Amino acid sequence: MTAPGRSNLPPLKLHVPEPKFRPGDVVDYSDLAIPPAGAQPRPDETCAADQSHPLCLDLVRVLDEEHRAVGPWDPKLDPDTLRRMLRTMALTRAFDERMYRGQRQGKTSFYMKCTGEEATSIAPAMALADDDMVFPSYRQQGILLARGYPMVEMINQIYSNRADKLKGRQLPIMYSAREASFFSISGNLATQYPQAVGWAMASAIRGDTRIAAAWLGEGSSAEGDFHSAMTFASVYNAPVVFNLVNNQWAISSFSGFAGAERTTFAARAIGYGMAGLRVDGNDALAVYAATRWAANRARANAGPTLIEHFTYRAEGHSTSDDPGQYRSTQERGEWPLGDPLTRLQQHLIALGEWSHEAHEEMDRALADEVKAATREAEKNGTLGHGLHHPFRTMFEDVFEELPWHLKEQSAQAIRERKIKWPTWTDDREAP
Amino acid sequence: MSGAATSENPVRRLNMIEAINEALDVMMARDPDVVVMGEDVGYFGGVFRATAGLQAKYGKTRVFDTPISECGIIGVAVGMGAYGLRPVPEIQFADYIYPGLDQLVSEAARLRYRSAGEFTAPMTVRSPFGGGIFGGQTHSQSPEAMFTHVAGLKTVVPATPYDAKGLLIAAIEDNDPVIFFEPKRIYNGPFNGFYDRPVEPWAKHAGSEVPEGYYSIPLGKARIVREGEAMTVLAYGTMVHVVTAVLAEKGVDAEIIDLRTLVPLDIAAVERSVQKTGKCMIVHEATRTSGFGAELAALVQERCFYHLEAPIERVTGFDTPYPHSLEWAYFPGPVRIGEAVDRLLPKNL
Repeated sequence: MTAPGRSNLPPLKLHVPEPKFRPGDVVDYSDLAIPPAGAQPRPDETCAADQSHPLCLDLVRVLDEEHRAVGPWDPKLDPDTLRRMLRTMALTRAFDERMYRGQRQGKTSFYMKCTGEEATSIAPAMALADDDMVFPSYRQQGILLARGYPMVEMINQIYSNRADKLKGRQLPIMYSAREASFFSISGNLATQYPQAVGWAMASAIRGDTRIAAAWLGEGSSAEGDFHSAMTFASVYNAPVVFNLVNNQWAISSFSGFAGAERTTFAARAIGYGMAGLRVDGNDALAVYAATRWAANRARANAGPTLIEHFTYRAEGHSTSDDPGQYRSTQERGEWPLGDPLTRLQQHLIALGEWSHEAHEEMDRALADEVKAATREAEKNGTLGHGLHHPFRTMFEDVFEELPWHLKEQSAQAIRERKIKWPTWTDDREAP
Repeated sequence: MSGAATSENPVRRLNMIEAINEALDVMMARDPDVVVMGEDVGYFGGVFRATAGLQAKYGKTRVFDTPISECGIIGVAVGMGAYGLRPVPEIQFADYIYPGLDQLVSEAARLRYRSAGEFTAPMTVRSPFGGGIFGGQTHSQSPEAMFTHVAGLKTVVPATPYDAKGLLIAAIEDNDPVIFFEPKRIYNGPFNGFYDRPVEPWAKHAGSEVPEGYYSIPLGKARIVREGEAMTVLAYGTMVHVVTAVLAEKGVDAEIIDLRTLVPLDIAAVERSVQKTGKCMIVHEATRTSGFGAELAALVQERCFYHLEAPIERVTGFDTPYPHSLEWAYFPGPVRIGEAVDRLLPKNL
């Protein structure tokens, strides 16, 4: 069918983005602009937002090719802090490995690793105050570990067992930890962004000193919630730090489907007149420094900041997809910004504050620690093996008080249970 | 407690807007956690004036205008609730609520459940709804059924100034998210459905007697508007007044129940009445298919089947968008109600 009408005009063409590399392709990232570490200026934390805007199109980097910390963004952390950061990143990786295996062994239904992105949650968690409220997406387990949240609690949640604080209601890894100032994770993407702004506004209404921080992926930055949040934050100058983790892939959709072919994600800050930074997300020191900058800015009532963490999702989106089906397996190895854990380790070694032997020993100790926590949690049951919360809890917390229709439905659930297992008297004794 | 006026609380005659404004005023004075926000609610006091004077009285950080972003308004309110505030966002028209639906349905409604009580969303979303003001299809809808379908939301619709104040205070004090739909057609008077006759002001209606100060009406308790024997009428909002007027004109001794709260529903009041009268008519302005009337009809059938002497009647708006010029042809007015009454009570033919 030919297009009607004005034949002297070229036919319109729809552009459908396509990633550079698909399965089997040779990966070459040489056209990716990676500026040298230390070359990016560091404006004053309370500067006018537009002074940060050149950094939205740049890449803040601290660790150079010789593993030194260089330039104005070097946060100058002492060796103990650096080792703690390294240890938390290694712990997160060990935890991910073990939980991934547990899912494959049938102990739970689902898991999501953050391999390669550890710096984007652990460094911010360390740069924020422990009582700053975080609104994470589903890949920020590193925050809980950085804040010293018990691994056993996390695993209880992953197993949906009878000790799960969330009573087996949430998909694994959708933690909630109020005592760690960690907001309940939603499976609906980007919803946490306006919520973080609301929390930050409330903190400002009250004259509190705590700020909020939120995370989302580049893919979900296409949601309306992202833009609502950016609008509200800039309108009310809310004390919030927005982290946008650009890990290149949203399940099988590359960042081009969220707009990456046009400009950087950090550049969205420019349109909102908000401070913005684009950071090497695999450089834990740069991430730490950027968070510190943004947190100090928010605390000084100088406004919100959008931080794009430029990183790479080294593994699948979750246990439910095989990345080999949609991207080249060479990408991970060729990623020009390396691995965040290795880079921090090399930095500490270059400082003379760490060694490969110490690292191996630490990894062994962390694996044992995770294993011990797993065994402890398994005492409370694994998914589908009977040790779940009592049936009646299914109806609790829908409302503060049980209305009549839920009371009736709860009675029915108990009745069904008795029909299926006539000898059953209490949930915990159920087969 | 349900609030009878006391000697300490002198009674005035207010219209529904004044009653809502007073409820907000009372709660802002009592509870520093209450904040009011929405499009045009600040300096201007709202397009229907429901928040008039509140910013001047309580300051800009407790009563403020928002960007035109319902997703943002509800999302921000969830975060404020998580902090410990008690936000009362206004959605300017119920027709505008859809961009905020994900934040209501997936977030506010489920926050208590998914966090096992660690975080809650104690917000009251106020929104004018319903037609009869020539608002066309984007300023007339009645989307209440959608919210009753969501586990974790309460849905409230007042029908008088007295109820609007007491129910709004109860909604704000409630620790669960409440959708508070205000029938805008009766903001200024109890519209009786006879659009071609002069409208009575609230001042002539007993429901406009509003005590000063604090009182609350518990959510989940219906109001018996009129006791009767011939049939039970279940209605809420504007339709309470319409159906009352029509049945009075027809001389039917109906028992009219103003549900006031759709979730949680006062099922006991419904059962008691239908078991007494044996006949049931359900009236709402919203579209018919999967409207709240369908749920009510199912409940009455399940619980009162052997008392029923006739099929349950549903009188509703049509399954079309709300038309502008044909508004009164759409509206479930006296003629549509009259037909249903005649089907239920053939002797009235």
